[in-house]
Amino acid sequence: MSEQTTATAGHADPAARRQMMSQVDRIPGSAKPDPILRVDHIQRRFGGMMAVDVEHLEVQRGIITALIGPNGAGKTTFFNLITGFDRPTSAGKGAHWAFDGATLDKTSASSVAKAGMVRTFQLTKALSRMTVMDNMMLGAKDQGGESLAKAMFRPLWRQQEREVRHKAEELLDRFKLLEKRDDYAGSLSGGQRKLLEMARALMTDPSMIMLDEPMAGVNPALTQSLLGHIQSLRDDGMTVLFVEHDMHVVQHISDWVVVMAEGRIVAEGPADTVMADKAVIDAYLGAHHETDLGDDALLDEGVAAALELEVAEEEAARNQEGER
Amino acid sequence: MDTFLSILNSVVSEAIAPDTAAVAIAVIGLNIHFGFTGLLNIGQAGYMLLGAYGMAISITHDIPLALAVLIGLVISLIFSLILGLPTLKLRGDYLAIVTISAAEIIRYTGRLAAFEDFTGGSQGIFGKSYQGPFISLSFLGDGSTTLLPLNYREAGGTGARIAGLLVALAALAAIVWVAKRMKSRGSDEPTVGTSATPKLLLAVLSVVMVLALFFSFPQSEPNTSVDGWWVRLVAWGLVGLSCLIVFLLVRSPWGRLLRGIREDEDAIRSLGKNVFAIKMQALIIGGMFGALGGMVYVLTGSVQADSMGRQLTFFAYTALLLGGAATIFGPVLGAIIFFSARILVREMSGAYVPNSIMSDQQTEQFSYIVVGIVLVLLVIFRPQGILGNKRELRFHV
Repeated sequence: MSEQTTATAGHADPAARRQMMSQVDRIPGSAKPDPILRVDHIQRRFGGMMAVDVEHLEVQRGIITALIGPNGAGKTTFFNLITGFDRPTSAGKGAHWAFDGATLDKTSASSVAKAGMVRTFQLTKALSRMTVMDNMMLGAKDQGGESLAKAMFRPLWRQQEREVRHKAEELLDRFKLLEKRDDYAGSLSGGQRKLLEMARALMTDPSMIMLDEPMAGVNPALTQSLLGHIQSLRDDGMTVLFVEHDMHVVQHISDWVVVMAEGRIVAEGPADTVMADKAVIDAYLGAHHETDLGDDALLDEGVAAALELEVAEEEAARNQEGER
Repeated sequence: MDTFLSILNSVVSEAIAPDTAAVAIAVIGLNIHFGFTGLLNIGQAGYMLLGAYGMAISITHDIPLALAVLIGLVISLIFSLILGLPTLKLRGDYLAIVTISAAEIIRYTGRLAAFEDFTGGSQGIFGKSYQGPFISLSFLGDGSTTLLPLNYREAGGTGARIAGLLVALAALAAIVWVAKRMKSRGSDEPTVGTSATPKLLLAVLSVVMVLALFFSFPQSEPNTSVDGWWVRLVAWGLVGLSCLIVFLLVRSPWGRLLRGIREDEDAIRSLGKNVFAIKMQALIIGGMFGALGGMVYVLTGSVQADSMGRQLTFFAYTALLLGGAATIFGPVLGAIIFFSARILVREMSGAYVPNSIMSDQQTEQFSYIVVGIVLVLLVIFRPQGILGNKRELRFHV
């Protein structure tokens, strides 16, 4: 981890980050100066519904990128696709994504994690009937004792086990879970489980951590400390990509925001400007949110006809886009 | 009173029978599948049958015993691969469906008249055609031995016998008391570490209980015969060895992975572990224990397909839940209690219920009914089994 820290130390400075990202085009699928993750043409269809249809996305190394969008926008599905927990419908037909230069088109979930891209889950997957410490120690990579040939002979893995335990204790201390280490994970509160899952993911020494709604169901006080943890990960040189549907949570900590709606990426940009983007407001509030449905003018045939025309135009535009 | 004591005598005899040890080994394997990894294998009897066939058929074809045992184990490995490759990537239910049907397929294939030259068809392979090499290995010599040599008969008859029984019961009560105190202290201060004294006390008390039982109910068997001390020695030796192997395996990081997979496969996958390979390893190892159990199971009888049917799998599950899944000694304790309790129920109802109410045949069936009811009650009131950790079951996923 120490090499990464030195390599990307510049990203701990907010001004430098802002400076770097200000040169990036604020359009969906824009090119980043140093992308760690590059996604091309990923589609996932559930029956007749296109859940995810991402043409191109790049994630900048060493910053916090937030993936936001209303419910049902396809954020989690997109997460599952790029982490190997689901297969794109477009697999073999142009779907392509690469992490840190390595192509991931056909790799399994475990190889994705081994490559250094580790995720957490929206519904926390704490291993309830195991202790917090066991949860943590499962995360460590390349454990000799996990091979069946060595497992029965303790001297072969005792030293490594000690190192792993030490590392787990350090991380638990950082996440304020150290005194819980011998409790079953099932006895933790929802927020603590989120922390545990994040800490467990960090045990694998990832270069990029992907958090699926880390703040869902967490009380405001804990949310603050969670946000602090996420920022400190970034300052340590890690790339963070996280999913959230509440725009205001992400505003303070994210360096770049990607907005999804109906499976597509509709906008990209720094948090403050992207919120004002018309596509984003449309996605969250609906395109006609300014139309007062109680307005008597709507009863007027002329106005109704104008609205219908507007809708027809929009549909035509969308069809055209689809054909393209 | 004498009737009662002689019933207890047959209970003790059943508790140390080779069949009990054989099922205990199979349950140890099932514990790796179900208890530690969460693989729902409902075909453990199929593994046993394969192991038994593998060994017996090899020996009848003049293959040395050691190689024959190895052949039985390799066959179970191949069986695991066949079952696991298509199902282990799917949800757990599929393994259950496939294992129970595969076990039935093996049983019916074994019964086929077409394979009579190998499997003996529905008659099975008679014991005398394969037991020879094993029995000739015995170093116990001829004659018979009574365990304990110093028993109630020399020490004053029935009075001493009852005294011995009372000592055994007192030791049992003391074991339960010490174990409970150990557990309650463990949950209050989890970081105390390993305190050796209570464990030593438990071991001493167990030895006292076993000695007292054998004092009151001495078992007399021939040293070397089809069903004598030699078979018992090997069978229980294998049980001990299996327990040791499982202990060494599950305390390792590999064992931690097994439990992680039991809790949530996807979480383990997200941490970069090859879940499929680990599940396959667990399936193979548990299956090998099953095959080994099957080999021991047929040492005193014959290889007959119907004696290792679905029923035996369910006995194994009962023993596992009784003793406590995901514990080291649970399967052994469960198997011993299961088999001896069944004998107790059968003999008691045979002796004290008049024949007009329950005939001998019905007491046999009655004992199974009681076993079934006990299993239901067990799952409701003590789902962790005798040795299991209740704390571990408090959290449902």
